[in-house]
Amino acid sequence: MSKNVILYAAILIFGLAAPFVFPAFKVQLSILCVLIVLATTWNIQGGEMGYNTFGNILFYGLGMYLCASVQVGMFFPLAEWTESGGEKTFVHTPTQFFQGMAAGLVVAAVVPTIVAGLIGYAILGLRGHYFAICTLGLGVAAGEISGGIEIIGAGQGFTTPPFPNVGGLEARGEFFYFLSFGALVLTFIAVRAIYSTRFRLILNAIRDNEDKAEAMGIETMKYKIIGWMVSAFFCGLAGGIMGGLVGYIDSTDVAFDGREMGVFMVLMAILGGKGTLWGPVIGATVFHIFKEGFWTFFLGWQYVALGVLIVVIVIYFPEGIMGWLREKYPERFGEVVDEADRKAQVELK
Amino acid sequence: MDFMVFQYPMITVQACLDGILLGILFALIAYGMALQWGVMNIINIAQGDLVILGGYIAYFMYLYGIHPAWGVIVSPIIMYFVGVGIYKLVINKVVDRDLFISILATFGISILFMQLMNFAFGADVVLANSGYGTTFLFDSAVVLPNSKIFSAFVSIVFAIGLVIYMKKSKLGRAIRATAQNARAAKILGVDTEKVYAATFGLNAALCGVAGALISITFTIHPYMGLPYTIRSFMIVIVAGLGNLPGVAMSGMGLGVFEEFADYILGTEFRIGSVFLLLVLILVYRRFKLSRKREYLK
Repeated sequence: MSKNVILYAAILIFGLAAPFVFPAFKVQLSILCVLIVLATTWNIQGGEMGYNTFGNILFYGLGMYLCASVQVGMFFPLAEWTESGGEKTFVHTPTQFFQGMAAGLVVAAVVPTIVAGLIGYAILGLRGHYFAICTLGLGVAAGEISGGIEIIGAGQGFTTPPFPNVGGLEARGEFFYFLSFGALVLTFIAVRAIYSTRFRLILNAIRDNEDKAEAMGIETMKYKIIGWMVSAFFCGLAGGIMGGLVGYIDSTDVAFDGREMGVFMVLMAILGGKGTLWGPVIGATVFHIFKEGFWTFFLGWQYVALGVLIVVIVIYFPEGIMGWLREKYPERFGEVVDEADRKAQVELK
Repeated sequence: MDFMVFQYPMITVQACLDGILLGILFALIAYGMALQWGVMNIINIAQGDLVILGGYIAYFMYLYGIHPAWGVIVSPIIMYFVGVGIYKLVINKVVDRDLFISILATFGISILFMQLMNFAFGADVVLANSGYGTTFLFDSAVVLPNSKIFSAFVSIVFAIGLVIYMKKSKLGRAIRATAQNARAAKILGVDTEKVYAATFGLNAALCGVAGALISITFTIHPYMGLPYTIRSFMIVIVAGLGNLPGVAMSGMGLGVFEEFADYILGTEFRIGSVFLLLVLILVYRRFKLSRKREYLK
């Protein structure tokens, strides 16, 4: 146990010191935090519950739009803001900006949670690939529809309030970094707390055999909805932060970006290892480093590389990094291995 | 929003006819999807991208001065080999795995194709002009481009041809046997690997026909694939696997729905309404089945 405490303390210290040690990578580190949040929350559905969703992007985009709308709408007329298309007709004072951001983040987290609860009852009754395609449809529909709504900018996009002029560019980067790092810590603590209770066992039971779980007297629907609401809460929060960080919201390219973020979260969780606490964290980190390191070399071929990457990971590496480690060092994962049994299994293969 | 539809009855007729002709095309794509879903138990997210690729083949014939209607013959032949190639490279590794793996793998193929087409053909909206003219009905109140009628006719011919082929030919029998029970078919000497490859190739060929027709009738664009996948998925789940008249009917129903959504909600919500309809249909089926304590599988 003391080993874990040291590990967590080291990560926390690293996280707090990172923007000062690597000042040039503040934005990248903030995005990494958001990616980890998304992968970790996707894992609650895809990994623990066995419900492979493409729809968590819905909550992410919803949170993004809500946070920005609240931040603007609290002080200025929203329609005129979006119509002016980012022209500085209205300027937030620092107090207004931070108040708006705080209120916006609360709304961005709470409303998607409620939405998840409402649609969860209808959608989580679907199984397997029907659920996957249904959530894929939801995400794309949300993008298409929000692209037609005038008040949030329709096709021309929505410029989020610029960071007030206190402390310059450095302060902006640090503010958003600590915001996203805070969200990451919050998510990790929450998910870890959830995973240490009976709730995780119930989710795993649903994954392994839902009918049997139901026959054992577990109200599966209730737990599936709660699980989805937890995901939606943190996805919305992450979306709100990301909206402020990017500074510009487009319906299909930034908010409901099923082709990028929506696939990334699935890919990161699978790359790291589904159904583990650390898998999505490792997967997101590796993926982000790979993406930032090599994306520029592909020069426009990024999506081609992404497509190939998806196919390769899914076909040749479906267990992920954690799954591979588990196979290699089962003792570390608290599994008691009988050497003879293992040999016999290898021979059987 | 505008309610012209209710004020002018001829617009209703126009929307219905447009929808039915469009729906026949959708049904052809859905037929391909039902084929591979039934035989290989795979949902191909790249279906729509195969359609668009088929469309570009016809478009290029048009650019080089060949009449694009010949694309209906050439495109399926090329697409058959593309389909077999995809099967050999990717699909045969995911056939007997978890369904989500196949969805994700074909999603990857879809992104790959989208981007490759974007590089190769550019991001412009294009169409191959067939020069077929238009038919005017009811004192010019209803306008039907002849290319739409042509494409509906060709779709029906191909669909009927494939039904007969599946019934009579040796490969068709092998495909149907594999769909019923792959293991039994294997025992009785059917090379299921070959059958799977042929099925995927046939599906891609159907997509090629549909794509060529779409490039003549409507427009094509590299990123337009996913809506076609969703439409065909929707048609198949409404009709049920192996129900061909149902596929045709629900295809036409979807076409008419889309035309009306276009008129009533506006063109910018057209694709959105298709995706929402998918969600609504799935939710409806879930509640209908849950009364009998069953679920979609």
